[in-house]
Formats: sequence, structure tokens, C-alpha cells
Amino acid sequence: MSDIEAFRAETRAWLKANCPEEMRRPIVKDADMYWGGRNARFQFEAQRVWFERMVERGWTVPAWPRAYGGGGLGKEEAAVLKQEMNALGCRLPLYSFGIWMLGPVLLKYGSEEQRLEHLPKIARGEIRWCQGYSEPNAGSDLASLATRAEQVGDHFIVNGQKVWTSYADEADWIFCLVRTDSARKQAGISFLLFDMRTPGVTARPTLLISGKSPFCETFFDNVKVPAGNLVGELHGGWTIAKYLLTHEREMISSIGSTSTEKSVGQLAVESVGVDAQGRLLDLSLRGQLASFEVDEAAFAAWLEMTADRARRGQGHPAVASALKYYGAELNKRRWELMVASGGADALEWEGTRSKDGEVARTWLRSKGNSIEGGTSEVQLNVVAKHILDLPGA
Amino acid sequence: MTLVPSDEQRMLSDSVQSFLDDRAPVTHLRKLRDTRDASGFSRDLWREFSSQGYSGVLVPEAQGGLGLTVVEAGLISERLGHTLTPTPFLSTAVLAAWVISRAGSTAQQERLLPRIAAAETIVALAVDECSKHRPAVIETRAVRDGAGFVLDGSKLLVLDGHVAETLIVAARTGADALTLFLVEASAAGVEFERTIMVDAHNAARLRLRGVHVDAGAVLGVVDGGAALLEQLLDVGRAVIAAQLLGVADEVFGRTVAYLKERKQFNRPIGEFQALQHRAAQLYCDLELTRAIVLKALQAVDRDATQARVLVSQAKSRACTTASRAVQEGVQMHGGIGMTDDLDIGLFMKRARVLQELFGDAGFHTDRIATLRKY
Repeated sequence: MSDIEAFRAETRAWLKANCPEEMRRPIVKDADMYWGGRNARFQFEAQRVWFERMVERGWTVPAWPRAYGGGGLGKEEAAVLKQEMNALGCRLPLYSFGIWMLGPVLLKYGSEEQRLEHLPKIARGEIRWCQGYSEPNAGSDLASLATRAEQVGDHFIVNGQKVWTSYADEADWIFCLVRTDSARKQAGISFLLFDMRTPGVTARPTLLISGKSPFCETFFDNVKVPAGNLVGELHGGWTIAKYLLTHEREMISSIGSTSTEKSVGQLAVESVGVDAQGRLLDLSLRGQLASFEVDEAAFAAWLEMTADRARRGQGHPAVASALKYYGAELNKRRWELMVASGGADALEWEGTRSKDGEVARTWLRSKGNSIEGGTSEVQLNVVAKHILDLPGA
Repeated sequence: MTLVPSDEQRMLSDSVQSFLDDRAPVTHLRKLRDTRDASGFSRDLWREFSSQGYSGVLVPEAQGGLGLTVVEAGLISERLGHTLTPTPFLSTAVLAAWVISRAGSTAQQERLLPRIAAAETIVALAVDECSKHRPAVIETRAVRDGAGFVLDGSKLLVLDGHVAETLIVAARTGADALTLFLVEASAAGVEFERTIMVDAHNAARLRLRGVHVDAGAVLGVVDGGAALLEQLLDVGRAVIAAQLLGVADEVFGRTVAYLKERKQFNRPIGEFQALQHRAAQLYCDLELTRAIVLKALQAVDRDATQARVLVSQAKSRACTTASRAVQEGVQMHGGIGMTDDLDIGLFMKRARVLQELFGDAGFHTDRIATLRKY
């Protein structure tokens, strides 16, 4: 048996012995995800057990070096772990923007001191991070951001406003794009880290069409940040921001591939009903559901192919944009079909029958998928320019 | 199993590509079409396929073939989509070779497989009877007559039917039972009408009137044809999906090149965002089609029953992608895209026939819903 196959066998055995049954079921509600942080609380015992066992192995971040709290696995081993977790249906032990977004940035651009300070706390779920990118007048044109950071002695004074800061009201620290030079656009942006408890920081939840508030508006009023919290070079934040965005896109693109226990078509059987041949009573919907399933399967295969190519060094950085575009659009289609299949029942906004409008709220929330992390239109621009090499894009 | 072709598979694909680019580019099809060639394909070229080993891709090594899998057959088919080369590859080297290797008697295998590998014979599959692919509707009957059978019925869209020496005929042998028969094209009562198709590839209508065959003509077991036929069709569908991918890839490549070269308003039309976004969307369609087609080709070789949904997903998706790619190809080329001089129209025509062949997107989404029980 090759080393990697031996690793696979050991990993499978360990996961079977250590991942509690309750943690092998699909995620169906927010509380199923553990996000860590100073104020975090486990929703149930199995969530805690699974989290602690994985932290102990460094498997909340399997591919990070051991010195930073990671599992020290190679690319191939990390891929095997992921495959085995998927095969058993294991939930992630920790959901974290620190892992998906800030971690890769610090590994590439952070100082050794910053890595040792922040990465282990991310790996152990002690500190929960949020992202300070978009502003009221800087959406798709992110580089026009206006939040200022003035260097005064050994610290920065930050003033301005961020929007769409995910879970800012629950996060402990923020990674933030700030303007350190107003004369230059991209080349005047820096990447700063600071504690959300610093005086002058306020986060106000934004009520969305879904009736929920996963995002905040965040205000900075003379926030004092130590100069050592600057990541990379002064005015060098744009390169980091773009690097981070590719990780964010990969993360969002995987949304389209989240599988529930039943296919959209099988779910529709319960709500729509079937004829004597077992076909959905709404034949037009039946066709749309099957077409959706085709694209869902093809997209999952595309993700698999992309991962296989990356392992062989055949990846292309702009493919993340293509995946993000398609995954976001696919997820919107999924929820259009879910709400269509649910009929009037799915439109009950309150009450136990609809679990307080779970389907309707998720449907509405999904509309943001093609806006957040770069709109679908921006992703298509990236594909046109960097993959198809079309002129002037 | 990985979704990146192996080094050997890549080498095979490259060698097919350089062979076809050299010996049978799109001009080869044009010449056959414009001279109204009686057989509709080049026997010389088909013999060269044999010396390259392509005609024997699915024939076991013991019978003179390469003994490779449906994945490799798919890679060859994909390249044929790039050059639109009309050959008996699909009818003979894929469908006939697969089903005879899988279900044929020793005598049948020894008689046909070495000759298929050597490109010495053409074998055509006769299934469809309706204008839309409906394999559940087969009214051609085979009635017992002593030790043999008598066949009556008619078939259409029989690929390479008018040049075939042997036919594989799907016929009803009971209310719920089908049987596959090997029928000599020269047998009394077999009539052909070559149909000139929109894509200038070969097909024929077939009429069987009281055709006698002996017991040795049964391919597989009597009344056991339905499951075998479904597996055979799935192999064909996956390989056709690969060819649709090749067609779509080729048209897309040519179209993107044109967007960079064609100037209007003093700039390349590829600068216009309206075109850029549609091109980027097509890129996504092509990538996910590539992935699902390879997955289906791999699956159909391993376990045909499990593969059914995957094959229908791949065929359905390949139909949609190719249809979009050729339509955008014509639109983005503008007026010149409407001319017969430009090849884009030939790709559109080929894609349309391949979509219809063994079920279009509508057929396959319906099959998926049925298999998934909704």
C-alpha cells in the first residue's frame, strides 16, 4: 500500500471512530455551524466533542504548518482528508473567515510575528474574524474605498465606514482595507488588522430582505491601531486584497455544490404530488428541476476537475472567478425552484409549519450570492480578460 | 478516479488530433459533400484509422484491437467533433464493437471483431423508429420460424446503414421483450434508402420485409435485448456527448479568435462587454461539460446501471452547451457566419444531428426525472 493509501485508511478509521453521528448530517440551519470566537457557545455536546478532537489534530486547518496550529498535511493528504470527510458526510468542525480568508493572507504576506500571534487562535477557534472591504461608495469598484488611516507615530488613526461586514456584531477582530494615500487609487490602499473592542468601533446590523441580519454597517471614529498591525507593505494592500478575494470566491463557489439529503426533484414530490406514473403533477416544473440537477451535477464535476488540475499544477487563478459566477447563479436557481416547489406553503413567513419561512428566507438570502465577493458581472469580466484574453476588458 | 486525462490518454488525443488535422480537416467533409460522394465517407481514410488503431479502440487485443476503454473511444470521438470527419467510427468501432465484445457469441466475435479492428467491415445499429428518439417504442417484430426468426419493420437514422455489411437490429420478441439480431445487409427483404442529412454525415432508413435469420443471428440472449440495448445506447450517448464537446470547443475557439480579430467602430468587437460576458458564460458551460462528460465516460465503463443518470446528465448538458456554442458562433461572426464558405455553419449542422441522436436534452432530463422518481 502506498503512503497516501495508508494515510487514507488511517484517516477513514479515525474519522469513523471520532466523528459523532450528529456531526455527520447535512447542515440545515445556522446553528449547525460552529463559528468560534470569544462569545461562542456550542449548540450541543457533539458539536463540542467533534470540534475539540479536530483542533487537537490541527485538522481545523489541515494544511497549515504545525507551528501555527495546523495539521502539517501535504496537499495530497489534505485532499484525501477532505474526500474522506465528504464520504462520511462529516461537517466542518469550524466555520471561519479566519481560516478561509485571513489565514492564506497571513501565510503569504504576514510577518512571522503576525502569524504566530493570529494563526493559532484562528485554528483553535478562539478569535472570530470579519472582513472590512465594501463601503457605501465602493462596491464593485472596491479600489475607490475612502476609509482613511493616518499614521501618527507608532499607530494609525482610522476613520470611515464599512458595509456588508459579515457578522461584525459577533466578530472579535476585523481585517480591513484602508486608504493610506489619497493621491493614488489602488496604490494608496493598506491592509490593517484590529480588535473590534477598540474604542471608536461600532457595528450596526443591516436588516435584509430575508428579514435577517447577517451583515453590519461598521463605523470607525478615531480608532487607534498599533502600526505593527499593518500586513505587508504600507500602500501594498491592494495586492493582498485581490489575493484574498480569490480565496473568497473559491469559498462562495462551493456554496453551489452543497448537497442536501434529497435532490430538489425529490423534495418537490412531497409538496407538489405525483400522477399515476410517479411524475410530478407540474410537468413544466419537473423539466426545470431535472435541468437544474444536470447543471448541479456538472458543476460538482467541474469543481472536482479543478481540484484534480490544481493538484497537478495545472490550475489557473482566474478559474476561481468562473466558479464563483456559476456557483452563485446555480444557488439562486436552486432556491427559485425550492420556493416554486413549495408553493403557498413555502410563502408562510411566520409559524411552525414553515419553520418561520425557512425556504422563503433562504431564497431571498440567495439573491446576494451573485453580488457579494464580486458581482457576477465582475467575475465575467475577469474570465473574459484573464482566461479568454479578450481585449480591453 | 481523477478528472484529468492520464498521460497515455493525452498522447492518444494528441495523436488523433494531428492525424485528423493532417488527413481529414473540415475540407475533407466539404469535398465529400460537394462531390455528392456515393458512400459519403472515404474508405481509404477508414483504412488509415485501422493502421492507427482507432477502429479497434474497443476491440480486445486478442482480436487485433487496442482493448482500450470507452474513455479512449470518447477522446477519439471528441477529436472527430473538431474536424467533422465522417467515418464509421461511431457505428462500427464504438457501438458494434462494444456490444459484440460484451454480448456476442464466440463465433460472432471471431467473425466480426478482427474485421472491425482492421476496418474491413461496417456494422450499423438499427434502433430508432420514431422521428424523436423513443427506444421504448420499437414495433419491428421478430417472430419465431423454426430454429430462426422472421423480421418485419422499419427503422430510421441508421448511421452508416447504406454502406453497412451487417446490421444490429433491435426487434420485439414479446410484449415486454426485445432481442438484438445480427442481420446481413444483403439478406432478402432488406431495403435501404440513404438519407442525405443536414450535417452531410451518413444515415439511412431501413425496411425489413419478411427477413429470415437463423438462431445464430441472435446477439446476446433471446428476450434479453432491452437491458443490453439500454447499456449500449448509454455507451453511445456518452461517446456522442464527447463529440458534442469537441464541436462546441472548436466553434468556441474559432469564435473567440474572431472576437479578437474583427474590428468595428475602430476596435476589436471583443472589447464590447455584451460579447465578453456571453463568451465568458460559454467558457463556463464548456468547462463543466468537459467534467461531466469525462465522468460519464468513466462511469459507463465501470457499471452501466449506476451510470444511467450520469450519462443522461452528460448527454443533456453536452446538447445544451453545443447548441449555445454554435448559435453564439454564428451570431458573433455576424453576416459571414451565415455563409456556407465559413465552417461555423457546418458545426451548427453537425451539433444538431448529434443532439437528436440517442436523445436530446429534453429526452434526457425526462429520463433523469424518471430514474430519480419525480
